[in-house]
Amino acid sequence: MSTDLIQLNIDGKHVEVPKGTTVIQAAHKAGSEVPFYCYHPGLSIAGNCRICLVEIEGVPKLQIACNTPATDGMVVYTQNAKVRKARQDVLEFLLVNHPLDCPVCDQAGECWLQDYYMQHGQYQARMDENKVKKTKKATHIGKEVMLDQERCILCSRCVRFCDEITGTGELGIFNRGDHSEINVYPGKLLESGYSGNVVDICPVGALTDKDFRFQTRVWYLASTDSVCPGCSRGCNIQVHTKKDVDRHAFKAQGRRVIRLKPRTNPLVNRWWICDEGRYGYRFVDEGRLSALKQGTWAENLQQLAERIKEVKNKGSIVGLLSPGQTNENLFAMKKLFEGASAKTLCVSHTAAGEGDNLLKTPDKNPNRAGAEALGLTVIATNQLQGALCNRDIELLWVCGQDIARILGEELFSELRKRMRWMVYQGSNQNVTSAAADQVLPSTVYVENQGSFTNVDGRVQRLWQALRPLGEARPDWHTAADLAARLELKGFEWQSEEMIFENLAEKVPFFSGMSYEALGTGGLLGKTAALSS
Amino acid sequence: MPKPLNHLSARFHVNGGHTLKVYKECHGYEGAQKAMAMQPDAVIEEVKASNLRGLGGAGFPTGVKWSFVPKTTSVPKYLVINADEGEPGTFKDKYILERDPHALIEGMIIAAFAIQAHKAYIYIRGEYVQPMKRVRAAVEEAYANGLIGEKTLGQDFKLDIVVHPGAGAYICGEETALLSSLEGGKGQPKLKPPFPAIKGLFDCPTVVNNVETIACLPLIFRNGAKWFADLGSEKNGGTHLFCLSGHVERPGVYELPMGTPLRELIYEHGGGVRGGRDLKAVIPGGISAKILNADEIDVNLDYDQIRAAGTMLGSGGVIVMDETTDMVRALWVASRFFHHESCGQCSPCREGTGWIHRVIDRMARGMGRIGDLDLLLDVSSNMEGRTICVFADAAAWPVQSYIEKFRAEFEEHIRSGRSIIASESKGCLTPEHAVIPAQAGIHLND
Repeated sequence: MSTDLIQLNIDGKHVEVPKGTTVIQAAHKAGSEVPFYCYHPGLSIAGNCRICLVEIEGVPKLQIACNTPATDGMVVYTQNAKVRKARQDVLEFLLVNHPLDCPVCDQAGECWLQDYYMQHGQYQARMDENKVKKTKKATHIGKEVMLDQERCILCSRCVRFCDEITGTGELGIFNRGDHSEINVYPGKLLESGYSGNVVDICPVGALTDKDFRFQTRVWYLASTDSVCPGCSRGCNIQVHTKKDVDRHAFKAQGRRVIRLKPRTNPLVNRWWICDEGRYGYRFVDEGRLSALKQGTWAENLQQLAERIKEVKNKGSIVGLLSPGQTNENLFAMKKLFEGASAKTLCVSHTAAGEGDNLLKTPDKNPNRAGAEALGLTVIATNQLQGALCNRDIELLWVCGQDIARILGEELFSELRKRMRWMVYQGSNQNVTSAAADQVLPSTVYVENQGSFTNVDGRVQRLWQALRPLGEARPDWHTAADLAARLELKGFEWQSEEMIFENLAEKVPFFSGMSYEALGTGGLLGKTAALSS
Repeated sequence: MPKPLNHLSARFHVNGGHTLKVYKECHGYEGAQKAMAMQPDAVIEEVKASNLRGLGGAGFPTGVKWSFVPKTTSVPKYLVINADEGEPGTFKDKYILERDPHALIEGMIIAAFAIQAHKAYIYIRGEYVQPMKRVRAAVEEAYANGLIGEKTLGQDFKLDIVVHPGAGAYICGEETALLSSLEGGKGQPKLKPPFPAIKGLFDCPTVVNNVETIACLPLIFRNGAKWFADLGSEKNGGTHLFCLSGHVERPGVYELPMGTPLRELIYEHGGGVRGGRDLKAVIPGGISAKILNADEIDVNLDYDQIRAAGTMLGSGGVIVMDETTDMVRALWVASRFFHHESCGQCSPCREGTGWIHRVIDRMARGMGRIGDLDLLLDVSSNMEGRTICVFADAAAWPVQSYIEKFRAEFEEHIRSGRSIIASESKGCLTPEHAVIPAQAGIHLND
C-alpha cells in the first residue's frame, strides 16, 4: 500500500483513500450515502447543517463527516440506528421554521429538504408552535436571482461562494438565532457575473433563478450533458429541455431549452459557469432558420452541386467556416471545400470579449483550438474584409457567420453585388441569411452530437439534447450529401462518431481518441498534452 | 467561619488598587520579572506544576494548553484574553478588570513570554464600560513605564497589548467565536479541529485565556507553583473567585480555595438563604450548569468533584434559589436567554433554542400540555453534543435538569393552567425579574 493512502472501514466496507480525505468523501467512495446541506466540495467547510453526523468507533459523540479527516484504521458507521435518529432530529429542527409551501415553491422536485425528509425523516410532526416570520418573501437581490428568506436553511453555501469563489462578498447572514437571515449587504447586489451559481448550490428554494422560476416544473425536464459554446473555456454543462415538447407547448413560452446548469469537471470549470454562458441559450429557440427558402433538401443540394461544378475550376469559390462549429462539422465542411477546390477561410464569429480570472476567456469562439488543430487559420473579424473584398468570388458559402454584421452593411452590400451566388448555412436568421440566394438551415449545438476543443486543448463531447428543429441538419450531413452529388470520396459517414474516428486517424492532434475515450470529462489533444 | 482568602482579590478594596503605583507597592511585576529570567519552556512547566486550570469555565490545564503552541513557526503567535464575561451569574472578571488591571497585564507578560507571542489582545465585554476604561488606562500606564512595548520589563522581548471591546453577544465568550469577532467577522464559533493553539487568530497559533486565569500567574511566579497548587485541591490549583448571587443574605464575590464545599459557600460565607427561608435549588456554575436541588449541595467546588456530581463548576457563578422560587419561571428566563443568544450557526441550536423557548413560554402562559415536558426533554437531548460549540449543550442542560428535578412542579403548573405571564398585570414580578439577577452587581461584601 502506498504511504499516501489510508485504509478505513465504513459500514463494514473496506475503503482505501488518499491522506487528507474527509470521512464524507470516503463514505461516498464506499457507496455509503451521507446526507449533507452545507458541505460543498468546491467551498470551505462550514459544518453548520449537522446532518452529516456519523458514528466513529471510540469517539463518544457523533461527528460531522464533512470536517472529520479519515484516518488509518478508522471504523465509521453511517447507517446505524443512532446515526439515522440524529439525521431525523436535524431534519426536524430544519423544518421547525421552514414554510411548508412545496406546492408553490420553485424548488419542488429538486429540494434537498424534500428528498432527505423522504429518505431519512418521515417522523410524526411535533412542532406545534408559531413559525418565525422572516422579513420578506421573494425579493430581488440581483439581475438574475430572487431571494426568499423564509425558505433558507442558513447553510451559508451562497455566502461562501461569494466570499471564496468570486471574492465579491455580496451576501451575508444577518441577525442571530432563529432570526438569522441571509441577504445582500446594504447597497450591494448580486452582480458578479457568476450569480446563477448561488441558485445551483442552494439546496432549498431560498435562491431562485428569475429566468427559470415558474416556467415549468423540473419533472417535465430532461437533462443532457453538453459543453457551453459561450467562450473558449468549454465549461461542462447540462442542458435542461422540455421532455414532451408538444404536450407542454404552453410552458416557458414554447421554448424547448429551459435552462443550462453547470456540470462538474474539476479540470475545466469545477462546479461553476458564468451568467453569460448560463443565460446565453435563447438563440436555440429564437430566430431560428428552420426551413429552406424553397424546394426540398435534395433540390437545393442538386442545384448547389451544379453551381459548384460550373465554377469549381475557376478558383472563385470561397467557403467560410466558423470556430463555433464542432470538430466534426469543421472536418466535414473543410474536406468538402477542399474537394470543391474552394478557398477555405475560418473567421472568428465574434470580436474578442471580456475575460476574467475565473472561467471566462476573451475568445468567444468555443472551438478555435479545434479549428486550428484541423489546420485552419482562424482570422479575426477585422481581417475578413481583406480576405473577401479583394477576390473575384463566384460562389460564397458562409457557414454560421453573419458577415453583414462583421463587415458592416454597406460593405456587405457592395460585396454581395459582386458575387454571383451566395449560400448561407447556419442556424439563426440574420442580415447575411436574408441576403443569401440559398439558405441551408443548420442544427445548433444542443441538436448536435459532436465535440469542441477548448482553450487548453481539451476535446470534449456534446450530446444531442433536442431533435433538429424543422428542416435543420447537421453541417456534416449537408457536406456528406453534397459530396455524393459531387462524386467526392471519403464522405461515407453515418454518424458523428464515424467522422470523429476518421478525424482521429487523419489529424495527429486527435490521435488515439474516440467518443468512448473522451467520456464525460474529455481528453487533452496531443499537442496540448505534450506541452502541458 | 473560615475567612475568604486574599490573593487574587488583595487589591479589590484598596484605594487606587487599579493604579501602577499601588500595584508596584504590592510587589507588582516581580512575578513577571522572575518568569522572564527563565526559559519559556520552564515557564510553561512551572504553570503545569501549579495545577492552574482555565477559570473561564472549561477548566482545561493552562500549562498544557500553552504547550500545544508550536515552538517554531513562520507566522506570528498571539495571546488573547477572554474578558467577555457574559455568563449570567458571573461577575468576577469585572473585579479584576476594574480594580486590579495590572495583575492581568503582568499575567499577560508571563503568558506571552511563555508562548513567545509579541502581540496580545484583551477582548472585553462591550457593556463593561468602567472596567474597559480602567484596563485601557492601565495598558497606557504600562506602556509609559516601559513595562510593555519594544522592551518588555527592560528585556529584549517585544509585547504589544490591544484592548478590543466586544459588541454584546454572549457567544463571543466562546473562544473561537471571540476570535471570529476579533478578526472583524460575525461572532460565530469555528470548527475544531484545528484548535486555536495551532490555527487561531488570523489563522496563526493563538492561546485564549480567561482574565482570572491570567491574573493568577503573577501569584504563581511570586510564590512558586507548589504554593499555588497547595492552595487548592487535587489537580485544581489555587483559589477561585466564586460569584454568589440569588437568594442569599450576602451575595458577592468570594475568593476561596478550589474544592471549598458548596454548603460552606452558601451558608457560611453567604450567610445562608435570605430571610431564613429553605433552600430549594442551586446553580453551581452559571446559568448553563445543571441545577442541584437542596439535597445535593454537599459537593466540593472544583472541576473534577463537581463534574462527578453531575453538573459543572463553569465560571464559578453560584446562583441560589429559595423555596419561593417558581421553577417554571426560572426556566422561562433561562430559555429566553439562550434563544436570544444562540448565534444561529448550527441547525439544532438555532432552531432548538427557539422551539424550546416557545414551548416553555406557552407553558408559562398557562397553556401547557402534559406532553410538553417529554417534548422538551427530547428536543433538548437532540440538541446536545451535536453542534460546533457547547452553546446547545448549555441551553439543553437547564431544561433537562429543571424538569428532571422539579417535574412535579412543572406538571402541577400545567395542570392548574396558571399563567406567570398574566401576573404581570397584577403587579407581580415579570419573568425578567425572576430569581436570577444575572450581572446585577449586588456585592454586599464590597
